[in-house]
Amino acid sequence: MNKLIQTLWTMRGGVHPEFNKEASTQQPIQTLPIPPLLIIPLQQAMGVVPRLIVAVGDEVLKGQPLTSLAANSLGAIIHTSTSGVIIDIKQHALPHPSGMSGMCVFIETDGLDRCVETARGVQSQASCHENKSAQEKLIDRTPNDKTMLNASVSADYKLDYQLFPPDVILQKIESAGIVGLGGAAFPSATKLAAAGQKSIDTLIINAAECEPYISCDDALMRERASEIIEGINILMQLLQIEKCLIGIEDNKPEAIEALGVVLSERNKDQRCKDHHAISVKVVPTQYPSGDARQLTQLLTGIEIPKGKHALESGVLCHNIATAYAVYQSIVLHQPLLSRIVTIAGDGVKQPRNVEALLGTPISYIIEQLGGYTKKAERMIMGGPMMGFALPSDELPIVKATNCILVISKAQLRLASKATASDEIQAMPCIRCNKCAEVCPVNLLPQQLYWHARAHDFEKTAEHHLMDCIECGACSYVCPSYIPLVDYFRFAKTEIKSQQQATLKSSKSRERFEFNELRKQRIKQERDAKRQQHKEALMKKKADELAAKALLDKAGDNSGKNAVNNSAHIVASNATVSAAEPPKPDTEKLAKQDAIKAAMERAKAKKAAMKAAEQKDSNRDAV
Amino acid sequence: MQFDTNTTSLVNNAPGVSHLMKQVLLALLPAALCLFYFYGWGVIINLALSIAFALMLEASMLLLRKRPVKLFLSDLSAVVTACLFALTLPPLIDWWIPLVGLFFSIVIAKHCYGGIGYNPFNPAMIGYAVLIVSFPLAMSQWPAPQTADNWISLQQSLNIVFGLIEADWDAITQATPLDAVRSGLVAGQSYSEIVSDKSFGVLSGAAWQWTSLAYLLGGFYLLKQRVISWQIPTSVLLSLAALACVFWIIDDVQFASPVFHLFSGATMLGAFYIATDPVSASTTPIGQIIYGMAIGCFIYIIRTWGAYPDSVAFAVLIMNMAVPVIDYYTQPRVFGHSLIKRRGD
Repeated sequence: MNKLIQTLWTMRGGVHPEFNKEASTQQPIQTLPIPPLLIIPLQQAMGVVPRLIVAVGDEVLKGQPLTSLAANSLGAIIHTSTSGVIIDIKQHALPHPSGMSGMCVFIETDGLDRCVETARGVQSQASCHENKSAQEKLIDRTPNDKTMLNASVSADYKLDYQLFPPDVILQKIESAGIVGLGGAAFPSATKLAAAGQKSIDTLIINAAECEPYISCDDALMRERASEIIEGINILMQLLQIEKCLIGIEDNKPEAIEALGVVLSERNKDQRCKDHHAISVKVVPTQYPSGDARQLTQLLTGIEIPKGKHALESGVLCHNIATAYAVYQSIVLHQPLLSRIVTIAGDGVKQPRNVEALLGTPISYIIEQLGGYTKKAERMIMGGPMMGFALPSDELPIVKATNCILVISKAQLRLASKATASDEIQAMPCIRCNKCAEVCPVNLLPQQLYWHARAHDFEKTAEHHLMDCIECGACSYVCPSYIPLVDYFRFAKTEIKSQQQATLKSSKSRERFEFNELRKQRIKQERDAKRQQHKEALMKKKADELAAKALLDKAGDNSGKNAVNNSAHIVASNATVSAAEPPKPDTEKLAKQDAIKAAMERAKAKKAAMKAAEQKDSNRDAV
Repeated sequence: MQFDTNTTSLVNNAPGVSHLMKQVLLALLPAALCLFYFYGWGVIINLALSIAFALMLEASMLLLRKRPVKLFLSDLSAVVTACLFALTLPPLIDWWIPLVGLFFSIVIAKHCYGGIGYNPFNPAMIGYAVLIVSFPLAMSQWPAPQTADNWISLQQSLNIVFGLIEADWDAITQATPLDAVRSGLVAGQSYSEIVSDKSFGVLSGAAWQWTSLAYLLGGFYLLKQRVISWQIPTSVLLSLAALACVFWIIDDVQFASPVFHLFSGATMLGAFYIATDPVSASTTPIGQIIYGMAIGCFIYIIRTWGAYPDSVAFAVLIMNMAVPVIDYYTQPRVFGHSLIKRRGD
């Protein structure tokens, strides 16, 4: 196993907070009972809000999509996590830093956990809800070889996905609504599709989990290592790459061991040829090693250039829980319905990792874990370094929820430890430079703070504010207790809104100018049309006169019809073009062509008539 | 259940400004004891008076500026300023002279610019510079190192400081090593002749060299505690030594040795405690080296060719002025940025 564990590179800066992960890893992952009510927000991924495809009163089954997504739009669909009835669809507060609301589907669960039909047929109730469903299935198929279970799997089972072409796998990942489960909630299918267009050689699986308190990935790796490796294999097959590095901090020896065991079992197995390609890389415990760019540097030494995506450096980074979700979607044909959430902090009686259905209200989970202690003073989603405070526990678990921290002010260091009531007060910056020493991206936070405070956003941009990853290491070491990251977020928002304002004004100017142009063109066209109409009328008159003369002469009315037709064509062409909204020049040209053609037709008719006239006159003559 | 969302800084594990200041005070202790050993009660009186004046001035300025007095007094920054300032004063100086100096330190240089964190100049050095310009005589009257025979008692010292008795200055003062070398060289003596006097030790003045070593000891403590970074002290000392070395090699009759420069006057105090004052110093790694090297050069230039025997205060103040420019042009390379700055980047 030692061969597998090696560390190659270093990252800059970083801090070593108290990690406090032990409390939640004492016990295995607890699968929660089905809550009586699910609150499922429509938008749980980066991108657009998907379109709702159910209505109040609908009966829904587990795994049934609640939304759909237009083709080629960024986003992810959601499914109902269990069976029940939709009792309401309305705006509800979301677990979001801004405290904003969004459309949520309220489902009264029926406790039956009935599944929709999948490609595999209706899953049994038990296997549908149990975590172990995968393993049970495997046992069914490979009853004689238990070690195989962990390592690899029977041939037909492998064939399942190995026969799938990449676009089918991608399609399945997309329809499973999988997003990056590390917290960013970026649609995984989009990321993978983008990777398919670049030459990627390394898949990085982010299992660093560097934030204090959070241990959901740790628990997942300890308990479901073989499924994770299977998920990674699927990703590697999809991307057609030969190398995968799993980055784990060295404070998770059990998880490292679990992955190591699975990998070495697989390496023994002849049927699994490519598994030497996956290696576990242990990185030192150093916050924020779990940032994708920092982890990439730690594992490969590649410093992803500013403004470039990791893909352009030949690497793709996915969270380890995402790999597990991929396994669930491809092998179990189950969309993303639940996730592991760490419930931690001194404000909750039994901190531990739970597997919660998406949409489970936080209050229900806390209730299941014995409720709050007296120290429950703040509720934070995510870790204490980068997380944000939630105003209430009536919010649902969403795809991005990796941790719910219920914590006292003293533990958060909002109050000094000695006198738990005294709030720590921010002091002026003394430019001690501790922040710059720990900044993983080598910024000068003290200068950024100075300019952000002065609202000099141009200067903050010159000091590369936009490169800040908001990891909070600077705030963590600040002896003046300045909430530096808050200032940086504020300045970033200001810069963005300024940019948007500029964009908006330039857009509206453009629109105004276009409008003026359009008006002018319409006027020109109207004039032209009038001219044509006039000409047409005059022509018609002339023709009519001519025809009349003809009629008078011959008493034959075929010519009259022809004239009427041609005039009609010209007129109708004109009306069509006028009714249509003004379009680019091609339209105009087409119109001109049509006019020309009509005129030519008229000419031809005229000529024909002349000929007829002549004939007539000839006949007359005859 | 509802929760308060006020969590601004989330986690902070830092020891606080007052902790940093305490470390500095602790690091100054050996030098203060050393000075006390050589120069007697005058040193302690300077320290006590300066701390009292500084706290008084700080408190009244905080009241005037309607700032929380207790919170800002407990950051100990005024005490550190007072101590650094007091240690540069000659012992037995009249009591009101420190008050004048500290008025400029605390009121003008610090609070008029916005208090702690906002002062562009080192407050202690502003106070010192004002005094050396205004009262050059009083500021150059350093007593000779005391021995058991001529030990001045606390009562006597207090009497002298508060002007109750007139001290016999001619009897108790002695030129500082920097002064002695300076006036000796002007008088046409060679450097080696001057330092062969019994008031000189191996490194510099017999008393001064020990004080310098005590400052150095405290400086190492600050480095070890990561209160200061290595860049500034190293570059100050290296550039001073390098410059002194060049001239000493060229002409060791006219110019003092690099060792003498390193262990005389306020070199060590300046390198580890004054130039490293975070508020007024450069903050970028490269900027700190530039800043420190320039201070080292100015110390040598002013000492050798300027009008004042020691020059740490002026060297630091000159470079304080350059800090914003240095910091702006020495920003470190940000993660993912290429070394060569592209246009429009």
